Amino acid sequence: MKITLTVWRQSGPNARGGFETHHVDDVSPDMSFLELFDILNEALIADGKEPIAFDHDCREGICGSCSMMINGRAHGPERGTATCQLHMRKFQDGAHITVEPWRAAAFPIIKDLCVDRTAFDRIIEAGGYISAPTGSAPDGNLILVPKAVSDTAMDAAACIGCGACVAACPNGAAQLFTAAKVQHLNLLPQGQPERWERVVNMVTEMERWFGSCTLHGECEVACPKDISIDFIALMNRDFIKAQFKQRRLTGQHA
Amino acid sequence: MTEFNLDAHIPDGPLAEKWDHHKFSVKLVNPSNRRKFRVIVVGSGLAGASAAATLGELGFEVTMITFHDTPRRAHSIAAQGGINAAKNYRNDGDSIYRLFYDTVKGGDFRSREANVHRLAQVSVNIIDQCVAQGVPFAREYGGLLDNRSFGGAQVSRTFYARGQTGQQLLLGAYQALLRQIHLGTVTLYRRTEMLDVVINDGRAVGVVTRDLITGDVVSHAGHAVVLATGGYGNVFYLSTNAKNSNASAIWRAHRRGALMANPCFTQIHPTCIPASDDFQSKLTLMSESLRNDGRIWVPREFGDQRSPDQIPEGERDYFLERRYPAFGNLVPRDVASRAAKREVDAERGVGPLKNGVYLDLSEAINRLGRDVIEERYGNLIQMYERITGEDPYRVPMRIYPAVHYAMGGLWVDYNLQTTVPGLYALGEANFSDHGANRLGASALMQGLADGYFVLPATIGDYLAPLLGTDPLPTNHQAFLDAEAEVSERVGALLGVNGSHSVDYFHRELGKVLWENCGMARSRETLEKALTEIPTLRDEFHKDVRVLGDGESLNQSLEKAGRVEDFLEFGELLCRDALHREESCGGHFRLEHQTEDGEALRDDEHFAYAAAWEYTGDNARPALHKEPLEFESVHLAQRSYK
Ligand SMILES: Cc1cc2nc3c(=O)[nH]c(=O)nc-3n(C[C@H](O)[C@H](O)[C@H](O)COP(=O)(O)OP(=O)(O)OC[C@H]3O[C@@H](n4cnc5c(N)ncnc54)[C@H](O)[C@@H]3O)c2cc1C
Ligand code: FES
Repeated sequence: MKITLTVWRQSGPNARGGFETHHVDDVSPDMSFLELFDILNEALIADGKEPIAFDHDCREGICGSCSMMINGRAHGPERGTATCQLHMRKFQDGAHITVEPWRAAAFPIIKDLCVDRTAFDRIIEAGGYISAPTGSAPDGNLILVPKAVSDTAMDAAACIGCGACVAACPNGAAQLFTAAKVQHLNLLPQGQPERWERVVNMVTEMERWFGSCTLHGECEVACPKDISIDFIALMNRDFIKAQFKQRRLTGQHA
Repeated sequence: MTEFNLDAHIPDGPLAEKWDHHKFSVKLVNPSNRRKFRVIVVGSGLAGASAAATLGELGFEVTMITFHDTPRRAHSIAAQGGINAAKNYRNDGDSIYRLFYDTVKGGDFRSREANVHRLAQVSVNIIDQCVAQGVPFAREYGGLLDNRSFGGAQVSRTFYARGQTGQQLLLGAYQALLRQIHLGTVTLYRRTEMLDVVINDGRAVGVVTRDLITGDVVSHAGHAVVLATGGYGNVFYLSTNAKNSNASAIWRAHRRGALMANPCFTQIHPTCIPASDDFQSKLTLMSESLRNDGRIWVPREFGDQRSPDQIPEGERDYFLERRYPAFGNLVPRDVASRAAKREVDAERGVGPLKNGVYLDLSEAINRLGRDVIEERYGNLIQMYERITGEDPYRVPMRIYPAVHYAMGGLWVDYNLQTTVPGLYALGEANFSDHGANRLGASALMQGLADGYFVLPATIGDYLAPLLGTDPLPTNHQAFLDAEAEVSERVGALLGVNGSHSVDYFHRELGKVLWENCGMARSRETLEKALTEIPTLRDEFHKDVRVLGDGESLNQSLEKAGRVEDFLEFGELLCRDALHREESCGGHFRLEHQTEDGEALRDDEHFAYAAAWEYTGDNARPALHKEPLEFESVHLAQRSYK
């Protein structure tokens, strides 16, 4: 296959960026999208040009590092797929592909296709945990978790924190990420004691960094883990309930 | 060569009581004094994140360093299959002793009994801890935890969260870590790479790092340094490890005096997707939990060209079931890998490049239904389909062994301290618990055991006597010298301006190692590698091309430093393999095999951990030996027949 790539280059956070076009021949359909970048980078180096910076690590869709806007779509055309899992057989021979970094105010560009996603960690720091210091846990089987609850929590917990939801959102909102993180813990029995503070603290922190959600639903389409926007509804419900619960005396959680 | 007293500090007393005795006898730091100690933890995988979070909870001041943009991206995230624990929830005869026994035997009697027993003991606490944190382990309909059996075990002791166990465990540890960051006990340095360990008066006093975005080289001082920087499998270039996993942290520690143990013990995992071409950048693991329900076979006929569905039952060779009737498809990894290699070498390989064997789920799909298989392996099957374009529900999967895990690593004693006082190594970075072969689902267990339970209990012994001392100031000459060396190295890499990319050298090194020191090794191949690697290293220093500068994000520069270290480490790996004149676990020497091709150990001469001392650039490393004594498990030739 022959592929033409138009790629965003930007030498640093404050530098002016711009598009650059390259042609790559001899692309095999079995190649992954990142391997296409590997070959392009080898060719650039051979030509004495700096290779394109992009984040990646596991290359199997789980670490959440890779983050390319491919023809205007976060992680490209295939649903439920991270950039690293996308294969060239999904493109036509001769295709012209435009690749950009995530674009969102909360994710400043570091270089070329690399962005800074630290804001996600801030949301977790604000309450995305269960306070269970090491050594204090009871036997694992003392906590019964109905299978359906555990499965739903796992559906939420599958989030890889890549930021595609934010990149895809016209408002740059992080509702899907935050909801996945809140609901993973809020659904589980272990997560109940901190449930109401958690949702309030995490949503408040989220709002410091990200735009507001107007339920466009683009996030769900872009999510490489197919995380459902139903979790946003659950989070909103918890958030509203929490406004009321917070005023109650402690001990009246459920 | 220095005189090392390789004292492992194994506590006295009966095996089952050693850990309790030890916890009682080590010195502790009073809770109100803990904040006076600063501990530097490098690496945010399972081992590092769990250690940093726990030390923070205990009240120590922790500095956490990772080259990832967030701790949650560490390589541990990719572990699929599960984590072992001797809970015996299945009532199938499991016990702490059995997990201990299986691990020692599975490791082909090259691990330390006392460490392994402790690992089995704390395994049960790990599960409790993770459940309390909200790790969504798979459940039964009654709400209890589910288990499955996993490569090499005859009991069901593996806990799992779909095919994403590593992800969920890491998120648990990461969340605990971020809670401590929020509380101010842990300070995180992200996109920061440790490039040297700083030693003063024979003790580890800090590290030198490079900020990957600004290129700033700075020092961090602490009372102790903990390396939880993962394994070195990527020395082979193609492996199942994440692309950025590397050996630099442990190699730099080694150059500063920490001994490196058993580097030749590398694990080749039997169930990976075979390479499809030269541009292949990494290999993808298919969790070996698939071996529970998948049957492995090749066509009986050499060079059979038929598609698998055209090959009748009678013309298939289920070679693992045939050769190992007792364990069948569940034999340990090293045994399964070599068996697959033997079939492919005998030209019975399948797939376009004839470089794989079939893993066939059809019998299980017929027996259990597609839904059950989908529930168990859905995401793996999807992953396979994406990569190969083939549908495992209809066509058997193709698998082949690939480099996966490093049993070797920095030598540590029972306290997880290296030969440098104040320098600790945790998780895959140390050599401690798996001997010559690791059992499936035991790396996650070990990483979390080290981080949640072992280090927090043992580090006080080193720290307590240091009460009242401050970390060495970072303007001390020891730091300034180390910083200057790091900057000089960075400058040198940028200055070569040769003609080949870093990846070129990495690939070449990988080829040399895979061909000569891979699944099977011999004196001849190892000697060949030992002449080729130094040549390649010289070429690298003369001819590598690293473009860009050192003052901004420069991924080629990062890789160059790592590959430079791999080019030194790879040589030690081969040297270790050459010296070990026996076959055991993942180390298979063609000269040492039984008549039917099984590994032949030599307990009389090699029942020791080989700990190598760095003696200078291009100088021969010196060998030190820690004899391994087996008091509880009798040395026996492994048999899975
Ligand atoms: C595909 C795959 C599947 C697996 N499945 C299983 C399984 O099912 N069960 C099981 O038990 N095991 C499994 N394993 C093995 C297991 O995942 C690893 O052994 C384990 O996660 C290693 O954890 P760790 O904390 O020691 O290191 P890692 O997770 O590798 O973490 C290393 C950390 O160190 C940091 N680091 C390294 N060097 C530096 C440096 N110089 N400066 C700064 N930071 C540095 C990195 O940023 C990273 O955060 C699997 C492995 C792979 C590859
Ligand atoms: S590189 Fe890890 S998710 Fe793509």
